[in-house]
Amino acid sequence: MTNPREARAQAEISFTINREPKVVHAYPMERLLDVLRRQLQLTGTKEGCGEGECGSCAVLMDGTLVNSCLIPVLQAAGSSIITIEGLASGNTLHVLQQAFLENGGAQCGICTPGMILAASHLLNGKSEPTMEEIQEGLSGNLCRCTGYSQIVEAVAEAARRRTTA
Amino acid sequence: MIEKGEVDGIWEKAAYIVEGEYTTGAQEQLYIENNGMIAVFDAAQGITVWGSLQCPYYIHKALMALCDLPAERVRVVQMETGGAFGGKEEYPSMIAGHAALLAMKSGRPVKIIYDRMEDMAATTKRHPSRTRHRTAVSRDGKILGGEIDFAIDGGAYATLSTVVLSRGAIHAGGPYYWPSVRIRAKAVATNAPPHGAFRGFGAPQSLFAMERHMDRIAQVVGLSPIEIRRRNFLQPGQATTTEQVVREPIDLRKLLDRALNVSDYESKKQRFAKENQAGATRKGMGIAAFLHGAGFTGSGERYLSSVVGVEGCADGNVRVLVSSTEFGQGTKTVLSQIAAEAIGLPYENVSTAQPDTLEVPNSGPTVASRTVMVVGKLVQSAALGIKQTLLSSNLLQDGYTAAEFRAACRQYVAAHGQFRSWSRYEAPADIFWDDQKYRGEAYAAFAWAVYIAEVTVDLTTYSVSVDDFVALQEVGKVLHPLLARGQVIGGVAQGIGFSLYEKVVWQNGRMQNGQMTNYIMPTSTDLPPIRVLFEELGNVYGAYGAKGIGELPMDGPAPAIINAVSDAFGIHFDFIPLLPEDIMDRLEKDRLDNEGFAASPQENGVDPTGVVR
Repeated sequence: MTNPREARAQAEISFTINREPKVVHAYPMERLLDVLRRQLQLTGTKEGCGEGECGSCAVLMDGTLVNSCLIPVLQAAGSSIITIEGLASGNTLHVLQQAFLENGGAQCGICTPGMILAASHLLNGKSEPTMEEIQEGLSGNLCRCTGYSQIVEAVAEAARRRTTA
Repeated sequence: MIEKGEVDGIWEKAAYIVEGEYTTGAQEQLYIENNGMIAVFDAAQGITVWGSLQCPYYIHKALMALCDLPAERVRVVQMETGGAFGGKEEYPSMIAGHAALLAMKSGRPVKIIYDRMEDMAATTKRHPSRTRHRTAVSRDGKILGGEIDFAIDGGAYATLSTVVLSRGAIHAGGPYYWPSVRIRAKAVATNAPPHGAFRGFGAPQSLFAMERHMDRIAQVVGLSPIEIRRRNFLQPGQATTTEQVVREPIDLRKLLDRALNVSDYESKKQRFAKENQAGATRKGMGIAAFLHGAGFTGSGERYLSSVVGVEGCADGNVRVLVSSTEFGQGTKTVLSQIAAEAIGLPYENVSTAQPDTLEVPNSGPTVASRTVMVVGKLVQSAALGIKQTLLSSNLLQDGYTAAEFRAACRQYVAAHGQFRSWSRYEAPADIFWDDQKYRGEAYAAFAWAVYIAEVTVDLTTYSVSVDDFVALQEVGKVLHPLLARGQVIGGVAQGIGFSLYEKVVWQNGRMQNGQMTNYIMPTSTDLPPIRVLFEELGNVYGAYGAKGIGELPMDGPAPAIINAVSDAFGIHFDFIPLLPEDIMDRLEKDRLDNEGFAASPQENGVDPTGVVR
């Protein structure tokens, strides 16, 4: 479908998405967010503001939490990316997903993918965070529905389950 | 206008006449998912739209008119919706219209998704308001009567302003007994984009004024904020400003006592009075008592005449058919739960159909805290219809198990085909409303609440932090405790934003700060522990005794917090949002005024202590 001029303008980019190697053809400055959603059909990653404020589009890139709306796809070349689709294993939810479900951590759900990835990033660095550390760790992700309490409780619960598992 | 009793005769009987003026700013709903819509046109099938929306049948009606198509050739489907809060009640009809016209003209599918700046620039926000109170009060602090003048900024077109104004006016007297009152209300046209629905719908505006004014009355009379409320609370048997008699056994004094107790109000108040003498911070406590009417105002529910269906499916499971939408509040969960309870099935055997105007009847819009109370009650009765049909056709006997129900349901569908039970809203016989005089039963039920805020103001940065928040409410029977608590915490968080953070900056009718970078909502580090408590009186009009809950928690935080900030300094702040720079300006102005007085103590009747007589 791509005409030759477009093809020349695009770059071939290889990276690992959710532990699977992928090759895409994209304009170098295309947002990683758009490549994930449109080319790779990974629509779990959401756009809330497009300027790195709300964290809805957060993904893990080489273990670091990034806002995919601010990452030109070329910058992601060679990296390993985890999106919300990469957390559950088969039909078994990730411990964070299960804890969000049980504690009312999601209402409308639009912030949830980014919020869960932020929580996952937090717990990877700190297995027993205090409530304040959880609040701090999620402060780059905006939620308009919950007032955060039940999200913070869900993350604390997930941390407990991970350490006792 | 709402008029009760003889207002003009009360002024001469008053020991005190207390006046105040209170304003609230615009507020953006800031659902994290912006407005978006997809439209497809087909000459035979007509127009179909899929989108992020609250009220499928509002769009259905709008597109019938816009596209000049009959009802059966307009189809509206609600997709998973990333937050709404009233912001997707009305505006989606516009964007659906734009997408539909483009689809008809181009013959191609059309997708329109707003980015954040477009959404902030174009869509409706909460109406800014200005409320004036003039209240006659007896020597012992009882309200004798008063005048309330409530005005809202409607923006450039009328849209929902009349109904927002109506709800605001009816709530303007708060949870107090007014022997006489005159409430004038008006919406004015301005050059701003039209203002619209946002959780609370006029009530947070007029209740902010009422609850700030109560603290002013308390100060004038020389009573505590507790005592002034205690002496004026509505009691069972008394009538509201629209002369609706309170029939349920609500005891607001008991509610207040419990909230005071939980928040440790008295001892903190004493401690802060000492600590505020020195140091780099000031601390304060604030109370807000309020009510929120559930369902459409007055005759609204009668006009809506909502219909709900429940279907017994071929696989023996049950499906709820409503146009009520899920956007995070728990509509699907709670309505399924109600149907499951009515039939006696496990929750897993009940689902809710996707709101699609081809599939579901018009159960009214998902607004006004009406879903659980009004639609839920209809779901309950339609679900009972399914059960009754199976019992009376002898496919099922009383005391059945879930497996027996499902077998009977499968049998019925096999024999008779589609198996659906419908229920239509009928106004209770004892509910009366006069649209002309604005008098009568404004709401089938009120939820009641007392919220208490504890704040600290930093004297270097003038930033306010809310340190503790107690939210106690009576919302009838709590059907789903986890979701109910989530509704309250979320509403309080939006209320904290409304009070202390969220300012829409206008210039020539345009929003100047339409980004998340400069329109600031609370983050996870900005919020206190929000302690949620319930009283449960029940409610004869709602499903299993439920009242409305969604909007109530938006009403209380602003007055509780601003009362607390005012308490911290012993001066009145009468507007929101109250930003650090506003507090600094006010304190700086007071300081300069005081220095001016100190320089010439004998002038203008100012006594040497610096207190204005």
